[in-house]
Amino acid sequence: MENLEKEQIVQDLLPQEFGKQGKIWVACLVTLCLIGFAAYCHQLSKGLVVTAMRDYASWGIYISNFVFFVAISLVGSLITAVLRLTDVHWSTPLTRIAEIIAVSAITFASIIIVVDMGRPDRFYNLFLHGRLQSPIVWDVIVITTYFFISLLLLYFPLLPDLKIMLKYKERTSKWMYKLYTFLGSFWKDKPEQFSLSNKAINILSITIIPVAFSIHTVTSWLFATTYRPGWDSTNFGAYFISGAFLVGSGGVLVAMYVFRSHYKLQKYITYDHFDKMGKVVVMLALLYLYFNVNEFLVPAFKMKKPEEEHLKGLFTGEFAPIFWFAITTSMLLPILILIYKKGRRPFPAFIAGILVVIGSWFKRYIIVTPTLLHPFLPMRDVPANYHHYFPTWEEWAICIGSLAGALLVITFFARIFPIIPIHETITETEEHEHDKK
Amino acid sequence: MEMNEKSTSRREFLTAGLLAGGLAVVAGCSSKKSPFDPEAGDQVAASGEKVKLLSVDGEIIEVDKAFLKPVPDLPQVSNEAARIGIPGKKFAMVIDLSRCKSLKKCQTACNHMHHIHPGQNWIKVYPMQDAEHTSPYWQPTTCMHCDEPPCVKVCPVDATFKRQDGIVLIDSDRCIGCRFCMAACPYSTRVFNWEEPGLTKEIADKPYSCETSVPQKKGTVGKCDFCPDMVRKGSLPHCVSACPNGVFFFGDMLEDSVTNGSETFRFSDLIKDKAGYRLMEDLGTKPSVYYLPPVNRNFPFEKHDEEDSTENKSTSKS
Ligand code: SF4
Ligand code: SF4
Repeated sequence: MENLEKEQIVQDLLPQEFGKQGKIWVACLVTLCLIGFAAYCHQLSKGLVVTAMRDYASWGIYISNFVFFVAISLVGSLITAVLRLTDVHWSTPLTRIAEIIAVSAITFASIIIVVDMGRPDRFYNLFLHGRLQSPIVWDVIVITTYFFISLLLLYFPLLPDLKIMLKYKERTSKWMYKLYTFLGSFWKDKPEQFSLSNKAINILSITIIPVAFSIHTVTSWLFATTYRPGWDSTNFGAYFISGAFLVGSGGVLVAMYVFRSHYKLQKYITYDHFDKMGKVVVMLALLYLYFNVNEFLVPAFKMKKPEEEHLKGLFTGEFAPIFWFAITTSMLLPILILIYKKGRRPFPAFIAGILVVIGSWFKRYIIVTPTLLHPFLPMRDVPANYHHYFPTWEEWAICIGSLAGALLVITFFARIFPIIPIHETITETEEHEHDKK
Repeated sequence: MEMNEKSTSRREFLTAGLLAGGLAVVAGCSSKKSPFDPEAGDQVAASGEKVKLLSVDGEIIEVDKAFLKPVPDLPQVSNEAARIGIPGKKFAMVIDLSRCKSLKKCQTACNHMHHIHPGQNWIKVYPMQDAEHTSPYWQPTTCMHCDEPPCVKVCPVDATFKRQDGIVLIDSDRCIGCRFCMAACPYSTRVFNWEEPGLTKEIADKPYSCETSVPQKKGTVGKCDFCPDMVRKGSLPHCVSACPNGVFFFGDMLEDSVTNGSETFRFSDLIKDKAGYRLMEDLGTKPSVYYLPPVNRNFPFEKHDEEDSTENKSTSKS
């Protein structure tokens, strides 16, 4: 009886080949990536002049996209590390989803930051002449660290699953079999190996928390270390981190729904998971809302001269539509949906997740650009098109391409590896059975 | 203008002095070949006409005129030397707002001498009005060459640096184009080369010098450099000599004197008597540029509105 169940779990969770839908999905993503790549080649030959960025709006959607990626990658540490250390077990089936979101997002964060550079050909200068006093160098250091820890956190729990997959040779193609062998043939399910791997995962889970906090705090410092109205805030680190946890959890809700319905994982990702994740998102949205009130109400109360123009631009001026759109979609609506038990069923939760992700992307835009367009001295002696910023098709293409690229990495990962940890699911079911008896 | 002539003659004199110094050294080595030999083949015959020169040790010597070859410019200092700066100096600028009527000759001269991309400006002239009922005035801005420069603090690769003589410069051969310095500078003084800066081949092929900031390069930042190349030659920055109203004063704070070419003041007296101030003092950036308030003005404030239309015309192609 027990064996049959185990067999069933393995059969359900082994990676599946792309169906028709999957193939169309991959084709769309690849096309978007290629368009983005073409736009980047164009930018490389012409220079950043192909973007709408100019001397005042000197950072645009590349940087907001970068902040978005860094933000969403933080979820890996939340689900795997924070929940693991607090001994929360319901999240086990979600850990791998969260971790692959983290790895692919942080990869594309690094790519997009190179895209933003005026001289990507001189990237090596960061190592030749890097100076520790610049927050950019801190960002390079912590992002690299975070990437490797996340990769290991993805890899170690994968080892027992690799062994299982190697057993099912008939279900894998040749190159995948080779890949599994390369990655996991040394794993023999020995108790010593398990204890070693558990120890390693525990250590990594502990270390990843400060590193995760650092990557987003340092990213917020790229702004907060300047004098500009809207960025000059002591609240920025916490504000960014709470926002990051929110968008990441929103992303997990979306991914849960998609994997569940596509791979028929109803037994493994249950209503209960959506219910709990939904509650987490509500809590995080409330937290982020709290920081937003801090961030905007307090300066608005004082209306200091340099802040005034910026805040008015956000509340009622040029940027008001995007500002209110971002606040509503990333916080207010998801809270309204997910606060009800009915709203935490898979489909409405999925919609709420999408709202969170889209709203958060625009929220990052609102953080970066309006501030730059409200400098201390008025804009002067520049061509007229320097006064505004609206991204060009190249910028959109590259950003959408990078988002598509991140999704592609996640898609391929789910094709090659089980997206729900097989081994851990089996152990937990067994424990569960045991408890019942 | 007068200033310009003076400086040229001074330069010629210096050049001749250098040549004479070289001559003295070589003569001491008793080399057979004359150091003033042009390329092999065309020998210069002595003309018999002598000129008096001052040697490096302060002796007056005579050289045949035919041996004198004008050198176009003093050799540029190396980029390592340009990072250190001119020892024993601390440069400062004083901008007298009561004299400015927004002629923008400074801007034109600066753009011309630094070959700045058309449409962009290192010097900007702002119409300012501090409060609703206060009087409007023109405020030219350069780079403030802050003593606590936020741009230098944030630069990840040390492409923007502060020298011991107070000048903040950019190494366009090192800049990675991250534009963090533009976000950090509160005075909006930095411009970025979004595309090829549109230089003639002759200019574009020059090796980059931090002191002339020429040639500007695609994908890097540029800004006012206080013209250290001119200063090294004992001349004034281009904006200072270009302004017909004598708005800009430049000088060395250690010598405690500033000049606009025709008038020279004791820096500390000028700042004290005219209540000089710096922009955004509260930020703690400690600018090296001081402003004299727009009182007892030479001109009424007239806003020429045609400005914006010319700006529109010069919109960079994108
Ligand atoms: S004015 Fe701006 S660019 Fe110049 S030194 Fe100060 S911060 Fe740097
Ligand atoms: S744009 Fe260039 S000068 Fe400015 S911070 Fe980046 S590397 Fe330094």
